[in-house]
Amino acid sequence: MNTEYIGIIFMYLATVILAIPLGKYIAKVFKGEKTWLNFMAPLEKLIFKLSGIDPNREMNWKQHLKALLTINILWLFYAFFCLLNQAHLPLNPDGNPNQTPDLAFNTALSFLTNTNLQDYSGESGATYYTQLFVFTFLHFVSAATGLAAMMVVFRAMRDKITDKLGNFWDNFLKAITRVLLPISFVVAIILAFHGTPTSYKGKDTIIGLQGDTIHVSRGPAAAMIAIKQVGTNGGGWFGVNSAHPLENPDYLTNTVENISIILIPIALVFALGFYLDKKKLAWVIFGVMTVGFLIVLFPSINAEVGGNPAIAHMGISQPGGSMEGKEVRFGAAASAYWGITTTVTSNGSVNAMHDSMMPISGLGQMFDMMINSFYGGIGVGYLNFYIFIIIAVFISGLMVGRTPEFMGRKIEAREMKIASLIALLHPFIILTGTAIAAYVLTNFPNADWAVKPSAWLNNPGYHGFTEMLYQFTSSAANNGSGYAGLTANNIFWNVGTGLVIFVGRFLPIIGPVAIAGILANKKFVPESAGTLKTDTTTFGIMIFAVIFIVAALSFFPALTLGPIAEHFSIK
Amino acid sequence: MKTYLLPSFKITIILIVVLAGLYPLVVAGIGKFTSGHGDGETVQFKGRTVGYANIGQKFTKDEYFWSRPSAADYKADAGAGSNKGPSNADYLKDVEKRIQDFLKRNPGVTRAQIPAELVTSSGSGLDPDLSPAGAQVQVARIAKVRGLSADVVTKLVDEHTEKPLLGVFGPAKVNVLKLNVALDELK
Repeated sequence: MNTEYIGIIFMYLATVILAIPLGKYIAKVFKGEKTWLNFMAPLEKLIFKLSGIDPNREMNWKQHLKALLTINILWLFYAFFCLLNQAHLPLNPDGNPNQTPDLAFNTALSFLTNTNLQDYSGESGATYYTQLFVFTFLHFVSAATGLAAMMVVFRAMRDKITDKLGNFWDNFLKAITRVLLPISFVVAIILAFHGTPTSYKGKDTIIGLQGDTIHVSRGPAAAMIAIKQVGTNGGGWFGVNSAHPLENPDYLTNTVENISIILIPIALVFALGFYLDKKKLAWVIFGVMTVGFLIVLFPSINAEVGGNPAIAHMGISQPGGSMEGKEVRFGAAASAYWGITTTVTSNGSVNAMHDSMMPISGLGQMFDMMINSFYGGIGVGYLNFYIFIIIAVFISGLMVGRTPEFMGRKIEAREMKIASLIALLHPFIILTGTAIAAYVLTNFPNADWAVKPSAWLNNPGYHGFTEMLYQFTSSAANNGSGYAGLTANNIFWNVGTGLVIFVGRFLPIIGPVAIAGILANKKFVPESAGTLKTDTTTFGIMIFAVIFIVAALSFFPALTLGPIAEHFSIK
Repeated sequence: MKTYLLPSFKITIILIVVLAGLYPLVVAGIGKFTSGHGDGETVQFKGRTVGYANIGQKFTKDEYFWSRPSAADYKADAGAGSNKGPSNADYLKDVEKRIQDFLKRNPGVTRAQIPAELVTSSGSGLDPDLSPAGAQVQVARIAKVRGLSADVVTKLVDEHTEKPLLGVFGPAKVNVLKLNVALDELK
């Protein structure tokens, strides 16, 4: 068991040690300074030339959003079309069928938005074409979209009185060529050398040692799995994601994949410090995020390593902890660690089945996604956090009777309205969605649908309620992990979560970019004795309090009905 | 919107070629130099392929070390976990049934000796491993069925126990397929 603890402590320390230089590097890339990957410049120039794009044209915040939304809508149609027709497209060695319209709707939106909720299984529900030319492609560009949006906010915080906030295309392409692609490539090679398949051959059929016929699904998976982790996407090649022994073959690949999950989200916090030359502010933000992360991590590890009390009562020994839904090669501690890291970062890949984890872990995982900014998804994690900063600045300004200012700009009614709407949107779509599902389930359990509502849940009681709450939380947070026992591949869930995914992605991008754009245009107020200092521990505590009061408490009643009630029911 | 549509279209096509076409091809090219040549590493016995090293197989006969219970019945083209919650009464009955089954087929073993992974299903349904304790608890049965001394079988388990990564990170484990192949090779 000790080696299991050492394993996860190493993972976290290694991540932070790598994240600091990576943050510095990312700041340099987006400041336009020279880095060792400058040999990519000719390739970038060529791509811009062929696309008819001038990467030096400065855009204001509205132009940024227009470009971002246009290209995203284009990808949505492309993905939807491919999924509907995948059986007839090339690279389908296993002869898998087309996706149904509602499933394709959900899958296309899910991958477009960096969510990767998967209501299908990769082995039978996708083809090599859609796995690579839709999913892998969207893994890269959705993460780059988040980064490009975040860079608008960084730029707006740095420059004084301007509406020139850089170029969307430049941010977007550099996010891929200078950050995502190089890191993914390294990770993919490590995976390949540890047993993850890379070839384009279809299923293999063999006779096992005991004489059973076995069909083994394979495919060029390593490349996709690498960006799945690096880009906080989470949509895996195989149905069971990184629990699959080809997707995540041993403890070393598990370590590399898990570091990849939180590496860039943490690096971006430091990138902010280097970009604005406000390292202290970065450390305050990192501190708040890390405290939030550890508060949910410890109880989860404790619960999983401790094992299931109901099974302990049967007289079985649980030296490895609670093992239902977990893999022996990772163990309980690394499974719990993964579960929390994948939900704090909006990644959503899993190396163990969350549905079978202890209620305390489920509570922590949902709590992470409800906050959605303790590290958070690439780019968007910081955008969510930015909203909380704005609210914290405003509230503390009111409390001490000082003008609410952040980075030398006054925060006024308009910005506060946007920030409040975005902060309230998240609980609104999660709780409304869950409420509708629970209402349908209890009032129309035998509705004449392809899948009757009474057949949705895989577990009775509180845990069943958690399955529904988790699904909507994961969708709104663009996380994509699931309580996979839920029968989600039907019209109600495909369409319901599809809509939540869409709203939960684009409004929280538009809001913060708009606030930052408006603030950048305001008169710059130099720091004086009357300014509220934002790079202090006190302000860090203030942000934490705001997050806890605004976000966490809205979810408390729902969490009580699900994991909290279940926890107290297990004896 | 219109000013952004054409550039969006063009850069999308180029990036599809680079990210979905070239990048996986280059990785596949390098994958050729791995031990499984990118197709997945296989295990051979008597000149034929009997399995993939990383993918668990169903072993139900008394003469083999059993793998963990699987919600996917070890179908390697449809891996799945049970997704049963820890408080689910039906699930707990299933676990109890597995315990009784195990005790019946492994006389002399007590409940406290059975590690949880032998009566719970894995996340993938394809878990290739057991903990060393999960293999040791089956030694007496296998020694008896195969007419071997328990020491020989214990030694075989020890030889096939993979230590934590670099000796310090993560759990120790035993690959069930490789262990069973080694058992058959004893004869």
